[in-house]
Amino acid sequence: MHTVPFSGKTRLAKWYMQFDDDEKQKLIEEVHAVVTVRDAKHTNFVEVHGSSVHCLKHLLFFLNFKIIYRRYAGLYFCICVDVTDNNLAYLEGIHNFVEVLNEYFHNVCELDLVFNFYKVYTVVDEMFLAGEIRETSQTKVLKQLLMLQSLE
Amino acid sequence: MPAVSKGDGMRGLAVFISDIRNCKSKEAEIKRINKELANIRSKFKGDKALDGYSKKKYVCKLLFIFLLGHDIDFGHMEAVNLLSSNKYTEKQIGYLFISVLVNSNSELIRLINNAIKNDLSSRNPTFMCLALHCIANVGSREMAEAFAGEIPRILVAGDTMDSVKQSAALCLLRLYRTSPDLVLMGEWTSRVVHLLNDQHMGVVTAAISLITCLSQKNPEEFKTCVSLAVSRLSRIVSSASTDLQDYTYYFVPAPWLSCKLLRLLQCYPPPEDGAVKGRLVECLETILNKAQEPPKSKKVQHSNAKNAILFEAIALIIHYDSEPNLLVRACNQLGQFLQHRETNLRYLALESMCTLASSEFSHEAVKTHIETVINALKTERDVSVRQRAADLLYAMCDRSNAKQIVAEMLSYLETADYSIREEMVLKVAILAEKYAVDYSWYVDTILNLIRIAGDYVSEEVWYRVIQIVINRDDVQGYAAKTVFEALQAPACHENMVKVGGYILGEFGNLIAGDPRSSPLVQFNLLHSKFHLCSVPTRALLLSAYIKFINLFPETKPTIQEVLRCDSQIRNSDVELQQRAVEYLKLSSIASTDVLATVLEEMPPFPERESSILAKLKKKKGPGAVSGNELEEGKREGGELNGAGERPGDSSAIGASNASTPSPSADLLGLRSAAPVSAAPPSAGSLLVDVFSEAGPAAPAAGANDDGFLSSAPPSVVSEDPAPPLPESDELLNKFVCKNNGVLFENQLLQIGVKSEYRQNLGRMYLFYGNKTSVQFVNFTTTVSCPGELQSQLNVQLKPVDPLVEGGAQVQQVINIECLTVFSDAPLLNIKFRYGGALQNLTLKLPVAINKFFQPTEMSSHDFFQRWKQLSQPQQEAQKIFKANHAMDTEVLKAKLLGLGTALLEKVDPNPDNFVCAGVIQTKAQQVGCLLRLEPNAQAQPGEQMYRLTLRSSKDTVAKRLCELLAEQF
Repeated sequence: MHTVPFSGKTRLAKWYMQFDDDEKQKLIEEVHAVVTVRDAKHTNFVEVHGSSVHCLKHLLFFLNFKIIYRRYAGLYFCICVDVTDNNLAYLEGIHNFVEVLNEYFHNVCELDLVFNFYKVYTVVDEMFLAGEIRETSQTKVLKQLLMLQSLE
Repeated sequence: MPAVSKGDGMRGLAVFISDIRNCKSKEAEIKRINKELANIRSKFKGDKALDGYSKKKYVCKLLFIFLLGHDIDFGHMEAVNLLSSNKYTEKQIGYLFISVLVNSNSELIRLINNAIKNDLSSRNPTFMCLALHCIANVGSREMAEAFAGEIPRILVAGDTMDSVKQSAALCLLRLYRTSPDLVLMGEWTSRVVHLLNDQHMGVVTAAISLITCLSQKNPEEFKTCVSLAVSRLSRIVSSASTDLQDYTYYFVPAPWLSCKLLRLLQCYPPPEDGAVKGRLVECLETILNKAQEPPKSKKVQHSNAKNAILFEAIALIIHYDSEPNLLVRACNQLGQFLQHRETNLRYLALESMCTLASSEFSHEAVKTHIETVINALKTERDVSVRQRAADLLYAMCDRSNAKQIVAEMLSYLETADYSIREEMVLKVAILAEKYAVDYSWYVDTILNLIRIAGDYVSEEVWYRVIQIVINRDDVQGYAAKTVFEALQAPACHENMVKVGGYILGEFGNLIAGDPRSSPLVQFNLLHSKFHLCSVPTRALLLSAYIKFINLFPETKPTIQEVLRCDSQIRNSDVELQQRAVEYLKLSSIASTDVLATVLEEMPPFPERESSILAKLKKKKGPGAVSGNELEEGKREGGELNGAGERPGDSSAIGASNASTPSPSADLLGLRSAAPVSAAPPSAGSLLVDVFSEAGPAAPAAGANDDGFLSSAPPSVVSEDPAPPLPESDELLNKFVCKNNGVLFENQLLQIGVKSEYRQNLGRMYLFYGNKTSVQFVNFTTTVSCPGELQSQLNVQLKPVDPLVEGGAQVQQVINIECLTVFSDAPLLNIKFRYGGALQNLTLKLPVAINKFFQPTEMSSHDFFQRWKQLSQPQQEAQKIFKANHAMDTEVLKAKLLGLGTALLEKVDPNPDNFVCAGVIQTKAQQVGCLLRLEPNAQAQPGEQMYRLTLRSSKDTVAKRLCELLAEQF
């Protein structure tokens, strides 16, 4: 797994590969463009094809990676993973993450993510590290987050 | 459970974020940010020392501003200071700022590394995790240099806390991915494997990602993980839905870990130990059984988690490709999903079935779903699902269903999305040619293709249809009639005009008897399209006209008048003008006899059958091959899959390119078109020689020395493996930049190849197609690695069926392991009896060292730094050579990508140059390679040269790659 959640207006982006800032911005725009035009009847997976990507480097990137996303209200959570990775496992990985956020922020809403952006990074790191799954147990993650919360 | 309140802890930050959100315009936002930046700057510069809390707050504000997309050029030092705080919240903000903002070249790196070192040795698990997360997030080379030795120790130490182990495992994975050379294998590696047994499922989940990555690169060293993984999997699969408590997700026990375990097993062949294998098969069966059980919950999370495991299990079953029972069960399960109401499942089932279709055990089972798949192609709303359906149709296509599938794909093309049309066109063209038994069907299909999706039909496709029509006289009349009808359409595609012009110019006489397609009608029809066409097409049409004068003397006055008019004879385009002038002159001075000779019907395109006889004759001296055999060779020249001569050029006078081939679209991997400048004066250039040497083209037999050869005729065959075919090196060259295509073909046998490579492992599928109607018996194949290749490459051949029925195709799997760098290719010997005669031929397997490339992205700075490091003379290989193909940037890029390296953009100061980087993965070592290709595109065509430079840490590699590549451009 190589990139993590962003939404309509990017609320959080996490990168596990080297890109410079311009490239990151462009990639986010391209992901945004392909994801937001899709509806509920579409799959939650996108393999981006040649004609919709204009930069060769990005094309290469998308040849090797696919986007897995899920929409929650107005917020899209997208991850970019290797084309050979397991779609459903990552799709549920997103949901598991969202359930943790929901528990941690008590009915999470977009504003929580804005005001507590620095805490969201901590949640991500607890669950995903180096682009891989670190911990899947919601109980364990929440326990650890509350422990950190209690620290000064 | 207490919820987190908004922005608790840092009121100032919350106020600032609110202010920004309330800004009505971009300008107001920038103003507010600038005010805040000035404030923070003054605080940081002020005399009064800031307390930790303020520092944390300001650094956090800076981070927020940066994440909004503004540049931040200060505050780094304050962030680094926070790292040494004893308070978690301050440390966390410091680390976060550094992970997001500090790039690897920062001078602060020493200070940061120092702080990380302190935290790693602090024995405080919270601080250790923060430090490890920072390393994992930044993953720079500097950090790898500093910590690659330390982290394995933390990972395997007995007293390390579970949460720290989880972080350490993934942190190490990140460093191994970015700087594999710095992570040294050692005593820790054997202990890492045993983490699969750890009591804490979280530790296993994290560690397995690391183990999988390490196993891919060093399978031998980590192979003990197979039995551990099987027993762990078996424990999970057989547990009840609540046994694993925290790790049960919607009634599914440890879905992510199960997937990862199944994925790890895909790095290895099936377990050799019978007990382990039995246990694994049991697991796979249980997973398949569970798919049939009623769901424990109606929630989509439950079914997704369950199916995630199921798809991964099926992937493993396909990977093993050895359990017919499981393969067929998998296929049936996927068949159920094809009709599922969840789009995701339909999509994944189509995708997974595509790989099942290539297994000999499940191909037939997959075929039974053809109607459902066709229906999906027609009705699915999501284009990506339709694309998968099309892929699957392509994969399940064989002789029995080709007509149906091609028809469905054609009708889908009419409405297909632009993004997938080109690929679809190519697929249709390939299937039509591959499974053509009836050539009028083939012609119809290709003309339909041009009609429906003309823009997406590459040159190779229409060249092919012309070659085939010319080589098969039974279809020529039909082709002329069909193309004539197609041209009646008021708007027809330029490619159709090209095919039409060519075919009517050659075979218009076959339909001229019908008054509705009399010569003048044909001519007027073609000429009505003339003005709408581009220059190359017009040039082609002019050649068709002069051919008309020969075919139909009655059209001469009309055509001469057309040629004589100013718009032709004084055309500003040199090519058109020259043609008009020369054709006019030719038609007025040459006698009918000369005209008939010069403008004779095109001879069949040279085929390998004829060229082998010619070659044999040359070798053995005259008399070795009887005239009869020669004659036979010529007649058989009508074979479908001929050599790739380019009909497009045969009508072009002079050296200018009437059309540029695009080798990337090389159909079916047929030998790509000969470059114009280097084309031998063969039948194709007939018209060029018109004025120097009137006479028919050389007979096809002698024209194409570099064509394919068939297997040697029975008289010279012995039981020993034949020596490699003389052209096997050339065949090999075709596969340097691509993995799939036709490796070899003669009149009996076609060998297709499909291969995939991962790390130092490769898997190749060979498809032996019996082109005759008689069975091949005693069909055997062997692979040998001559000389030192034996110790460099491990090639494993799976058995192949000794009986190949007429018209059938059998598949053979070859596993390849690259032990160390190598330069020769393994030899593949094929023996079988066809009608009693032993056939014996030897080819080279298309495996070259570049197949094991792993692309490496790097910045310009890094590239040239490494370039300089590899400056010893033996590390460099260079070649300057003439361009064999047109210098088309996109084609060059495609080839360089096919090579397997990363193509680095904006690295070379000269934008015309190409630079690439990659690491060759062998079992023994990894070899970094850098490549630079400098074209002098400004030179005249024909004088264009390349300079190719390769540098690699191992000298033989640079040299070998240089040799391989110099043939490609």
